[in-house]
Amino acid sequence: MADISQQLKEQVLQARDSGHKLNIVGGGTKAFMGREADTDAGTLNVGEHTGIVDYHPVELVLTVRAGTPLSEIEATLAEEGQCLHFEPPHFGAASTIGGTLACNLSGPGRPWAGSVRDQVLGIRLLNGKGEHLRFGGQVMKNVAGYDVSRLQAGALGTLGVITEISMKVMPKPAASLTLVQEMGMDEVIHYMNSRAAEPKPITAACWVDGKVYLRLAGAKSGVEATAEKWSGEVMEQGDQFWQQVQDMQHAFFAGNDVPLWRFSVGSTAATPELEGNWFIDWAGSQRWFRGAGQLKELEPAARAAGGQVSLFRGGDRNGEVMHHQPEALKGIQRRIKNAFDPDNIFNPGRLYSWL
Amino acid sequence: MTTKPKVSKAELAEQFRAFIDPDYVITDDETMKPYECDGMSMYCEMPLLVVLPETVEQVQRVMRICNENAVPVVARGAGTGLSAGAMPNKEGVVLSLAKFNRIVEIDPLARTARLQPGVRNLAISEEAAQYGLYYGPDPSSQIACTIGGNVAENSGGVHCLKYGLTVHNILSVEMVTAEGDVVTVGSDGLDGCGMDLLALMTGSEGLLGVVTEVKVKLLPKPEVAQVVMAGFDDVQKGGDAVGGIISHGIIPGGLEMMDGHAIVAADDFAQAGYPRDAKALLLCEVDGTEEEVHEHIAQAEEVFRKLGATSVRTSQSEEERALLWKGRKSAFPAVGRISPDYYCMDGTIPRREIAYVLTEMEKMSEEFGLRVANVFHAGDGNLHPLILFDANVPGEFERTEAFGSRILEMCVEVGGCITGEHGVGVEKIRQMAVQFNDEELQQFHDVKAAFDPAGILNPGKGVPALRFCQEYRSLEHKQHTHEHTEAAHG
Repeated sequence: MADISQQLKEQVLQARDSGHKLNIVGGGTKAFMGREADTDAGTLNVGEHTGIVDYHPVELVLTVRAGTPLSEIEATLAEEGQCLHFEPPHFGAASTIGGTLACNLSGPGRPWAGSVRDQVLGIRLLNGKGEHLRFGGQVMKNVAGYDVSRLQAGALGTLGVITEISMKVMPKPAASLTLVQEMGMDEVIHYMNSRAAEPKPITAACWVDGKVYLRLAGAKSGVEATAEKWSGEVMEQGDQFWQQVQDMQHAFFAGNDVPLWRFSVGSTAATPELEGNWFIDWAGSQRWFRGAGQLKELEPAARAAGGQVSLFRGGDRNGEVMHHQPEALKGIQRRIKNAFDPDNIFNPGRLYSWL
Repeated sequence: MTTKPKVSKAELAEQFRAFIDPDYVITDDETMKPYECDGMSMYCEMPLLVVLPETVEQVQRVMRICNENAVPVVARGAGTGLSAGAMPNKEGVVLSLAKFNRIVEIDPLARTARLQPGVRNLAISEEAAQYGLYYGPDPSSQIACTIGGNVAENSGGVHCLKYGLTVHNILSVEMVTAEGDVVTVGSDGLDGCGMDLLALMTGSEGLLGVVTEVKVKLLPKPEVAQVVMAGFDDVQKGGDAVGGIISHGIIPGGLEMMDGHAIVAADDFAQAGYPRDAKALLLCEVDGTEEEVHEHIAQAEEVFRKLGATSVRTSQSEEERALLWKGRKSAFPAVGRISPDYYCMDGTIPRREIAYVLTEMEKMSEEFGLRVANVFHAGDGNLHPLILFDANVPGEFERTEAFGSRILEMCVEVGGCITGEHGVGVEKIRQMAVQFNDEELQQFHDVKAAFDPAGILNPGKGVPALRFCQEYRSLEHKQHTHEHTEAAHG
């Protein structure tokens, strides 16, 4: 447990004075994400900026330094019967909360429980001028000033160093249960969406290898009554299955030879006809694809499905890895970058080649 | 900051009339009068002119003309805002989105609705009801307020703890930039690529762009909802009961609290059968499947009794549930009956501070010689003190404002914020200096400039000019709060 914010600030100011760039690193488990890091840049290690600053279980609010490992946070919450509702993926024991927010990573419960971005209430941020700023707060509702906290979600650290995060936490569901049944990919989109449209305690829905998995969670009586009404076998060790999905430890995600693409699309959109394998999560809103190809070739399919595609792991990381942005939005994002990091110190080129 | 406009009113009107129905380019004072304020009627200003375009292309042209000529633009929905965010600029254009009132599409399977910005909040749920769906956020102005305004203010309502704010319930926004480009932020997918511009737009109070279409998520209507009402003879016990419910692992659909003054006023108005001698009243609504609600209601009743409730009543029918809510929902007009005027505040506090804050507020009430009634979204910590005053008594509104400022400063002191859902607008712009330091405020200005280099969108709202902040912070009676804020920033 240490507060090294002063040290981080000095490193930023030094980089600014000397014209150097900085790659921001937490636990170092997400180095595979985004474009190749700038090899000439120095390293800003946030991994030692750790510790729980404030936690009031009754408020459902946790404030924590950005370098704190997810596992430490989850252990603390578990003592109070609470959890990180957005089910962050652990890519290793060292995965931190700061990196999770910067990459906007959430697990299988995301369509129902919300994303990491949804749970964020406030942050402290070191901008490119070395100013240590505070945005948002520790309360559920706060509309004073722009939502700079949630803006960081998905920015891959290009706008500053997240040093502290306040977020909403939730009680662990009292009971949960998973239903599994065989189903073809052509039927499953309609099936998952229909189930999601029912007022039942569904909290996850995915499809892989010809089987659809639905998770029910909440009050025991509600979960059991729904399971009786719905088709599918109750799965033994369902929690273990969902943990594998959350951490991308399922066999589908194994190996690095074939690129892993993430399609973030409309939940009911038809699955693009591409040569490769699919893992459908989030009741259709997130579809993982393993197949060769170029970003430019996959973008029209993602657009037709109402969304975007990104290269999540493997493949060519020197080119663009995120869905193409229209010119007007490029302009706005360049100016936002300039507003936070005028000397382009943080994670240069990690998100887009032009940022 | 805006510079002086480069065109006259007549020239501007002529340019607009070239592509907008001349009847909807309004320049005469009488027709413009209804636009002089929003729901915060103490703050008024007449605009240069009002324009009501009906296509996105017309909005683009209006923006280009205004941008080239440095003319301020204030976008306006239904005008129900409570922070004067839609108050006109006297040298600027009011851009009303009233004609964009179409529900473009509802997709029941995907559970989404595509809406023009002028669609009323309640109309979304009414239209979605045929599919067993509804739209989550339900601000108390939902009969009139529009989805475009909801995006601008990140509106909440009474169900935020469980169902979130506007930012949690929208997928994408199409908007026209200050320079007249049409862009879409967000997509049909849940988490797109790169920095979250959709979150940044939500709650930006019309300072970053003009929303021309919104895609929202719809939720399946819960099978059952039941409400438990609990009365307490002490505010502290009521506050503890809120924590008690949450510690029990129950996340209520709605959790509302009223103080003694609000209880009596609301009960007089709605005859809801509230315990009139109670010092605090909780309304705890649980929704979900039949089995789940049954289980949680029994637990909630037990928690309230254990924590010293003097009365506990659970709705046994839809009619009874509606009646118990009627008192809470009519609390504002009910208070309006017992006072010529009232001023609705909107701070947020950590829930554990509720008893302290209410007690302090009582002391201030005596000090200022003004009554105050409190309704509180206890689930999410959003406090709405209603200060009662008479605008016809000279000096009373000024005293009310001073009282209000003190309340907001206290909210920041205890770890909360100056506005939970009404926005900063003009009304709370001075208190921004209490919640944020100059570097943070400058960062906000820089974000604004990234979207609006010429500074034409809703200038003078939301974020204060730094030179005014020093003055406000240096006022002697603000000193204690300032020190606290500095400490918090240390």
